[in-house]
Parts: sequence; structure tokens; C-alpha cells
Amino acid sequence: MFLVSLLLASIAVFAFMSVLPGDPAQVALGVQADPEAVAQMRARFGTDRPLVVQYLDWVGGLPTGDFGTSYVTQAVIGPQIVDRFLVTLWLVATGMVIAVVIAVPVGVVAAVRHREPSGALLSGASQVGIAIPNFLAGMLLIAVFAVHWRVFPAGGWTPPVDDPQRFLRGLVLPAVSLGLVQAAVLARYVRSAVLDVLRQDFIRTARAKGLGPYRALVRHGMRNAAIPVVTVLGLQLATLLIGAVVVERVFVIPGLGSLLLDGVANRDLLLVQGVVMVLVVAVLLVNYLVDLLYVVIDPRLRRGQ
Amino acid sequence: MTRRLNANLIVGAALVGLVVALALVSFVWTPYEPTRINAGVRLAGYSSDHLLGTDRFGRDVLSQIMVGARTTLFVGIVAVGVAGFAGTPLGVMAGMAHSRWVSEGIMRANDLLLAFPALLLAIMFGAVFGASTLTAMVAIGIATIPTFARIARSRTLQVMKTEYVLAARAAGRTRVAIAMRHVLPNIAALLIVQASVSFAIAVLAEAALSFLGFGTAPPTPSWGRMLQEAQGLLRIAPRLTLWPGLGIAIAVLGFNLLGDGLRDYLDPQLEDRR
Repeated sequence: MFLVSLLLASIAVFAFMSVLPGDPAQVALGVQADPEAVAQMRARFGTDRPLVVQYLDWVGGLPTGDFGTSYVTQAVIGPQIVDRFLVTLWLVATGMVIAVVIAVPVGVVAAVRHREPSGALLSGASQVGIAIPNFLAGMLLIAVFAVHWRVFPAGGWTPPVDDPQRFLRGLVLPAVSLGLVQAAVLARYVRSAVLDVLRQDFIRTARAKGLGPYRALVRHGMRNAAIPVVTVLGLQLATLLIGAVVVERVFVIPGLGSLLLDGVANRDLLLVQGVVMVLVVAVLLVNYLVDLLYVVIDPRLRRGQ
Repeated sequence: MTRRLNANLIVGAALVGLVVALALVSFVWTPYEPTRINAGVRLAGYSSDHLLGTDRFGRDVLSQIMVGARTTLFVGIVAVGVAGFAGTPLGVMAGMAHSRWVSEGIMRANDLLLAFPALLLAIMFGAVFGASTLTAMVAIGIATIPTFARIARSRTLQVMKTEYVLAARAAGRTRVAIAMRHVLPNIAALLIVQASVSFAIAVLAEAALSFLGFGTAPPTPSWGRMLQEAQGLLRIAPRLTLWPGLGIAIAVLGFNLLGDGLRDYLDPQLEDRR
């Protein structure tokens, strides 16, 4: 099913990008170009072949990382995508860790104390967090920590192998702006899942045996609460990947999002097509892995297989 | 179970009401023409002449915020409208279809669409058709279709098992009549709740797109683009970030709370679980 989804997604991306009017060869050479030169360029790009052949050629190269050659810069696209994707992965992975580290304790406390003012306050704070777009959070963090206090850089990217300390300092603000907003979303789901678990008989029994609320939850409830949270986590990973497109622009980070936006600005459509495909595959893959994770977390689901 | 107003509903309605009021008033009055450039008052601070100051072109920030509210609501209404009007019939059809192929076909197409988040779809639309408010609205709307279709389908499946639908089928009612008379009225509440939540998502998506230059084109004021323009001025005029940011946060918070409040209001059994 996953492979079918991949195939359909690739057809959708290719078909969509192919509806664009205009000839890449003509665009590359300019309107005054000699028709013979345009024909040669078309043959070089392979755009003189039927669309089905072009699609099969493109999709056949994807598994080996061959995304073709840019019509605009004449550069090979695959290595660019790989380099930029690694940068985005750093950002997304750190953002995700920050989100989980904040959301799980906040959500659990908000659930356990849901009838107390502190629980309501945490719930309210997460509602406000959801309402702040990640790029706005990024701008506010820059204003405070880069412009006012000057403790972190306002932008830019240093590869970890070049200077690990500068890399980490540069990663903090973009990752926090991505992670903070996702933490707010995740905390609400954690709270809701924990509230559901707290009402179960086995928790009541554990409490009756003398366990405190947090201990009962950790010993008996966390695994049960994890199933809905893992679902949301998967969906959020996809949101983080797409959210990184905007955050990379705020912090001038050369990730996949910046490559996509530069591709659009330069009308480099084969590059855009490649980046979009990578992002779509990532989203599909995350959703597929979430489905697999359910079974690991909840052994009861194995019987249903 | 009695329905009663709850805090989320009241606060959410008040915040949404504030945004709607700003937008409506902007049709008949704004302190200044929001797009009028006035080099004499560039980056002016708060004053009685310009309550929220001016931007780097001397444009009045309050006037831009008011018209920006209009843009935000317009994008939200169209995007949620597209999603609701396309997603609901698809979901109902999938829920009522006798043929498993029709139902599965619709839901698999739905799943495929889910792989294209709103922002990505809007950037693709922008690349192919050019960036504009229209492409942003349509892209956000299309990306939201699966949410409506899923909810409509799952609720339709429940409604189709009820006795009154079985009675209607036994009486020879057509499927269209059953959908109009029994299914839609019973799924409407859930869809209204979803519309409010999707509205909040549409507001965020539009802001992000305008920030990236894929949404509302200048000179039409938009909160996302105001933020983009403010980014370069963070060192000298951070207040320019504050007001459009606050506008987005109030709108999103308002629609989210309204959605939560409506859910609790329309289904009181769920209230304690949130």
C-alpha cells in the first residue's frame, strides 16, 4: 500500500509540474534563441520525448537519488537535495526533541491537575502556543536573544564538522521556534490521552493499592497513553518538515525549504519537482512508520493483523 | 443532557468577534488609506495621529491591521468553503456507497492528498500558476478536503446504522433524499466544529504563505506580509512585529477556542474530557 501511495504521489507531482505552460529549453536560451539551438537543448533536457517517457525516466532515477539536471543552472539536482535535506533533518530532529521534552511533562501535569488552577494555566498556555506561527516565534526569539541580549546568532548556518560549538549555537533559536509551537500542540494531545487513561479501572486499582498519581501513571498508564500521542507525533513530524521551510527562511538556513523557495524564485521546475517529491515521500514514510509503531506499542493490534 | 455555554465558547466567540468587527469596520472606515505612502512619517512611533505607529513607508499600521483582518477572514472563508463543499459530499458518498470500490477509492485518494500539506501545495500552486491570494486560498482549501471527508465519512457510517435511516431505506427513499434529510443534519454539528478549527489552520497557512511571498500580493495588506516586512526592521522597530503577530495569534486562538467550545456545547458528554 505504501509503494502504491508513493507511485501515485510521484504521478501527481510530475503531472502537476508538467501542466506549466512554456518550454524549459526556450526559457533557458531566451526568446531570441535560434530554433535549432532550442531543439538541441530540448533533446539535451529530454523534453522532446513523450510525457510518459519523461515520467518513467524521472521516476526510475528517484530510487538511486538521480533527480535529473537543472534546466536553469545545469547542475545535477540529487547531491543538492541530499546536502540540504541533511541540514533540514538537523533542524527537524532537534525541534522534535524539544517538542517532546516540553510537551510530555506539561501534558501529564495538566492532565493530573486538570481540576486545579495550575492545570488550567498549562492548558491555557498550550492554547496560546498553538496560536503563534513558528516564524513569528522565530522573529520574537531573534528580537530577544539575538538583537537584545546577543546570546545567540540571528541566523546563518555552520556545518557541525566545521565548528561544533558555532553549529549548536546557530541551531538553538530555529530549533526552539519550531519545537516550541509543536510542543504546544503535542501537550494538548498528551493531556487528553493521559486524562483518558486516568479514568481507567486499572489506574484506579493501582491508586487503591497505594501508588501516587504520577507513579500509577508511569507504571501502568504511559504505554496506553502513548498510542494516540505517537499518531500525533507522526503527523507533527510531517508538520515540522513543512514548517522548517518557513523557519529556514527566517533564519537564513540553507535547508531543503530554502532550496525549494529558491527553485520557485528561479523557475527551476525540475528542482522544485524533486524537492516536493522528497518532502511528500518523507510525509508518506512517516505516516507508514507510525502505523508500524502502533503494533510495537500495543501488542493487542498484532492479533488483528 | 442540557447544553450550556462554556468559557471556551464565550472567549473564542469574543476573539473571533473582535477580528470580524475590525474587518467589517475597515469596509467603511480606517484611520488612513492603508496603502498610502507618506515619507514624512516613516517609522513613526505610537501617537494620537497614528495609534499603532507607521511602517517604513509611512503607512498607518492600524489601518493595515484592520484591512489585514479582512484578508485573513476572506482567505479563511474561501479555503474552508472549498474544503467543506468538496470534502463533505465526498465523505458522505464514501460512507453511503454500496460499492466497496467507490468508498475505498475516495478514501485512498483522500490519503494521497494528505501527503500534500497546505503549505507545500500552495508553494506548488505558486510555482505553476503564480503567487496570489486566490492560489493560496484554493491550495489551502484543497489540502483541507481530506479532513472534512474523513469526518463526514466516519459520522455518516454511524448515521447509516440508525433505525430511522433503515426505516427510510425500507420506505424506498432514494440515497440522495436520505443524505439530505437524515445524514447531513446529523453530521452538521461536527462539520461546524471542524470548520472553526480548519479556519484557524487556514489563518496560519495564509500568514506563512504571505510571509514567504506566496500569498497576498502587495499592496493589499496582509498580516503575514506585514511580518515579512517587519523582519528586516527587528533591530530598529520591533513593534512592527508585535501587531500583525498579535492579530494572527488572536484570530487563531479565537477560532480554536470557538471550535473547542462548540464541540463541548454541541456534545456536552465530551466536555469533561478536554
